[in-house]
Amino acid sequence: MSLMQELAQRALDRGVPLSVQLDVTYRCNERCIHCYLDHDDHGEMTTAEIRALLDQLAEAGVFFLTLSGGEVFMRMDFFDIIEYARSLMFCVKIKTNAFMIREKEARRLSDLAVQEVQVSIYSHRPEVHDAITLLRGSLKRSVAGIRLLRAHGVKVVIANVLMMRNLSDHAGVKQLAKELGAEYTIDPTITPMMDGNRSVLQLGLGVPQLQDVFHNADLVGDVDEFCTPPPAMNDDVLQDLPCSAGHTACYISPYGDLFPCVQFPLPSGNVRRQKFIDIWRDSEQLNEVRTITARDLPVCSGCGHVGTCTRCPGLAFMEGNMRGPSTQDCEKSFARTGIPSANMHLKNTRSMPRGLVQITIPSPISSVA
Amino acid sequence: MSAIYIARANEVAARSLDGEMMIMSARDSTLFTLNPVGTIIWQSADGKTTLEEIVENKICAEFEVDPEEALKDVESFVADLAGHGIIVVSDVPISLATTSLGGS
Repeated sequence: MSLMQELAQRALDRGVPLSVQLDVTYRCNERCIHCYLDHDDHGEMTTAEIRALLDQLAEAGVFFLTLSGGEVFMRMDFFDIIEYARSLMFCVKIKTNAFMIREKEARRLSDLAVQEVQVSIYSHRPEVHDAITLLRGSLKRSVAGIRLLRAHGVKVVIANVLMMRNLSDHAGVKQLAKELGAEYTIDPTITPMMDGNRSVLQLGLGVPQLQDVFHNADLVGDVDEFCTPPPAMNDDVLQDLPCSAGHTACYISPYGDLFPCVQFPLPSGNVRRQKFIDIWRDSEQLNEVRTITARDLPVCSGCGHVGTCTRCPGLAFMEGNMRGPSTQDCEKSFARTGIPSANMHLKNTRSMPRGLVQITIPSPISSVA
Repeated sequence: MSAIYIARANEVAARSLDGEMMIMSARDSTLFTLNPVGTIIWQSADGKTTLEEIVENKICAEFEVDPEEALKDVESFVADLAGHGIIVVSDVPISLATTSLGGS
């Protein structure tokens, strides 16, 4: 067990919220075609409210603080927020498109010892990247921002969200990351919009494309290990928790709404009306999420993939049931191993034409019987 | 022996979990945990208190240890932390401005 895993286990045992993602705004200068957010400002928390919240998070034991959006630099007070967070000794990670990072901003982020800056890059080709962000010149500016961050010694991770539109460009983005001295990671998950609209999912990869991605050693490393069939199910596997959402991590929106995770929009409280720690400890919704083990999942507990599946309870929730399967993760398990999930079997059965399941006994046999 | 002053470096993140300090270096993303004695030393590293005073007033007051032996152990521990860049060591008091966060 790594040190990080040990700490996560200790935090879980003590009920400590080790990680929080705080979106400081939903406003954005880009209009990415797959984005799940509404970019209007419906009353963001003020600087003073965020400072008071950060005090509470530090008091509650939060160590990893991810500041995201929207585009974080749309807030004029963003450096005030980071500076205050760092004065409280948070390990700060920032998600940004880096469009607005110039020399001054890069130097400041370095001075503030920000742990990591994550930037989404969709393609190494402007015509592809800019057609996804819907902001002309965005690739050029984002790359310039990354160069400045690296020049100041700031760790940068390039996140390459994979969709049908940019699928052929991952090698180019990976090469770009190498040239820039940035780390590279892929993300093949498109998230439904927070209002439940699932139309953006059609931009995502289908199973054949996922199979190509998951069997590409340049993207996943050891393919045999990554795509190994799941081990036999046992009691330990069924006792497993789905993920850290609501257990050692949570998400807070710019309006103070608290959810188990950014991808799990189950309203669990609001830090403008309640103390963070009271929500964390007493929220009925978070406590319900915490009771769910693999054994409690009606479909997934009987699925051979249950021990290795990346099932996201938030995506399942957005499909209608937090205890149900997440179809996107079923597809990933299938793409990795070639073995259909229990959910896929169930859907195939349900979608069979009615005539095939309404078997009637031919009359001669009936007559004999 | 001249006095030794220690201060927490500004390039780290830190939080106490169950009485033990988790520390992450921004320089190389290395994660450390300090045991309860290490945690006391870290929390006392204000740049103004000498290492000898920390050992005498915090360590020896809390644990049954020989002061001389404790000081030797703590000096070695502090040198180790300094090597990882998570603590600053000086033979003169360290002002807050030197280690405080911020910049331009």
